[in-house]
Amino acid sequence: MKSLGSIRRSFAPWNDPDAKPYIVFENVTKRFGDFTAVNNLSLKIYEREFFALLGASGCGKSTLLRMLAGFDEPTAGRILLDGQDLRGIPPYRRPVNMMFQSYALFPHMTVEANIAFGLKQEGMAKADIEKRVAEMLKLVKLERFAKRKPHQLSGGQRQRVALARSVAKRPKVLLLDEPLGALDKKLREETQFELMDQQQELGLTFVVVTHDQEEAMTMADRIAIMDKGEVMQVATPAEVYEAPSSRFVAGFVGNVNMIEGTVSGRENGVARISDGNGLTIKAENIGDAAAGSAVAFAIRPEKIKVSSRKPDDPGVNVVEGEIYDIAYLGDMTVYHVKLADGQVVKASALNASRITDDPLTWNDRAFISFRPDAGVVLTR
Amino acid sequence: MSDTVLAAARPVASRPSVLSRTFQAMYGRLVIIIPYLWLLVFFLVPFAIVFKISLSQTQIAMPPYAPVFSLTDGFGGLLDQLRQLSIDNYLWLTEDALYFNAYVSSVVIAAVSTVLTLLVGYPVAYGMARAPESWRPTLLMLVILPFWTSFLIRVYAWIGILKPEGLLNQFLQGIGLINEPLIILNTNAAIFIGIVYSYLPFMVLPLYSALEKMDYSLIEAAKDLGCPPISAFWKITFPLSFPGIVAGCLLVFIPAVGEFVIPDLLGGSQTLMIGKTLWNEFFANRDWPVSSAVAVILLLLLVVPIVIFQQSQARAIEQDR
Repeated sequence: MKSLGSIRRSFAPWNDPDAKPYIVFENVTKRFGDFTAVNNLSLKIYEREFFALLGASGCGKSTLLRMLAGFDEPTAGRILLDGQDLRGIPPYRRPVNMMFQSYALFPHMTVEANIAFGLKQEGMAKADIEKRVAEMLKLVKLERFAKRKPHQLSGGQRQRVALARSVAKRPKVLLLDEPLGALDKKLREETQFELMDQQQELGLTFVVVTHDQEEAMTMADRIAIMDKGEVMQVATPAEVYEAPSSRFVAGFVGNVNMIEGTVSGRENGVARISDGNGLTIKAENIGDAAAGSAVAFAIRPEKIKVSSRKPDDPGVNVVEGEIYDIAYLGDMTVYHVKLADGQVVKASALNASRITDDPLTWNDRAFISFRPDAGVVLTR
Repeated sequence: MSDTVLAAARPVASRPSVLSRTFQAMYGRLVIIIPYLWLLVFFLVPFAIVFKISLSQTQIAMPPYAPVFSLTDGFGGLLDQLRQLSIDNYLWLTEDALYFNAYVSSVVIAAVSTVLTLLVGYPVAYGMARAPESWRPTLLMLVILPFWTSFLIRVYAWIGILKPEGLLNQFLQGIGLINEPLIILNTNAAIFIGIVYSYLPFMVLPLYSALEKMDYSLIEAAKDLGCPPISAFWKITFPLSFPGIVAGCLLVFIPAVGEFVIPDLLGGSQTLMIGKTLWNEFFANRDWPVSSAVAVILLLLLVVPIVIFQQSQARAIEQDR
């Protein structure tokens, strides 16, 4: 596969066959009565990785986290941490700490006491506790709020206390359950970067559960996309976006156009896909799609160009249509183009200049064009 | 021209709002007045009457005390009657050790019963608060259910259970645990059992409401930070349920101090409780003034814990700001 853009840092132990995974889920199943929350799931997470579990609510991502923390035991399969089987080890003896979605700060204790709580359990010396607490307060920039109670803090400050408390014990792994869910959009964006910096600074392994794809894309080294208790794909944000492994993943992350059809022929890595209504496109990235099989050509809106004149490059796919809808978003414009066969394709154009020389408006005849390698062919 | 019109129109336009504001202010005051009115009519006025009787002298008459205030002799007569009031009855209470002992014994019995009720009630409330959500209304119902039977009948029923040939002794002898029947009835133990049984709902309900609203993820957070379950209970659950404990204890302690029915039916003849003493003074001796003095002291005795309770609540609210 060709390179898929730059990754945040050159950290990729998952590509190294000799690297030893730090957390291993081995055929883990969790059932609650008749409901299967996690179904025969296997997953490897590496040391110092920022790993995101992404999925809609009820997909089993939180259950996975709770099993790692020890609040739930797997019905079948096992979970290894640094080579040690975690089965039967109660939460208070696991070298992992969790940051709760509700933060779960102790309301009757000050910020200081909240952060010191875990250290006191360890039986740490008083002077050392004080030092560590001061360190943590500095890390989350809350020195001035040490004597406050949680209810006297803002949402963002509480989030930082929760983070400080969960990393104070220097756990091997920090589990974060929707860590930014309770914050408003602006604060969330700021805090995302804070969290990334703190993860680097502390050198911890982070496993974060989120339903917010932007959050996962921004922060994580790798993302596991989950659906109905199963992992659909584990990959870097760029891979998940540019090379989704299935229709589900392509549809879940970002906007996508899915052109359904059958492979009518393939040669030299290029397939012809016909939708049976007169539309035929050329596509690369065909994977193992055999001739005659039903596939979807998934292409992101920003990779489709819309123009009023027919592009004359013979290498690209050109389809004629009509402007059906226009959504002007300021930084870009999304065109909904209705093709001859009735399907609507979304194409977005970056508004790089203030005045465009090719104004398109409703009901205009327009051409969409895209390169054969701009999308991926999905068989699943 | 238009200015004059506006100037003229303005007060007219604002008149309804002034009216409605006055009405709202009156309505708001009325809402506040109602509870005070209730207290005045059903607490302060009766208390004033009892207090006045406690300063009177006993007499074989109808009513059985003197002076009886009346305006038949004019204001001079009323002043004369006022001069007849004295604190003799209160001095009498200090002279006879019976009353002091009765007060102390009432407080001790009430305190022991309150602690026992807490010990029984806490696990019940905890279990209810941790039960599946769909069970909770039913469990709550079961706690309240005994109230639907007469209190008197329920206390009588305990006689049948506790007496030497009662159900408890029959059962224990039947399974061979004891040979001689246990003497429980007519002892303080029977009073404790009676009070714990009767007042349990007053303990369970405030505890339950404190425990139920507690976020269970706090316990998970404590465990996650290395705290074993029992320690997590003492460090998190217990302190957070403290307002419920205080409320429950006061709701049990205050009525238990003045309790009359339970010590009368289940306690022995030697059991000394202020409620019983009061009953004796009033009905057996027909000494209204002394029994009124007993009642006034009892009230003061109970007012102190109430004031402490209210202050602790006010402080809790203050802290939450």
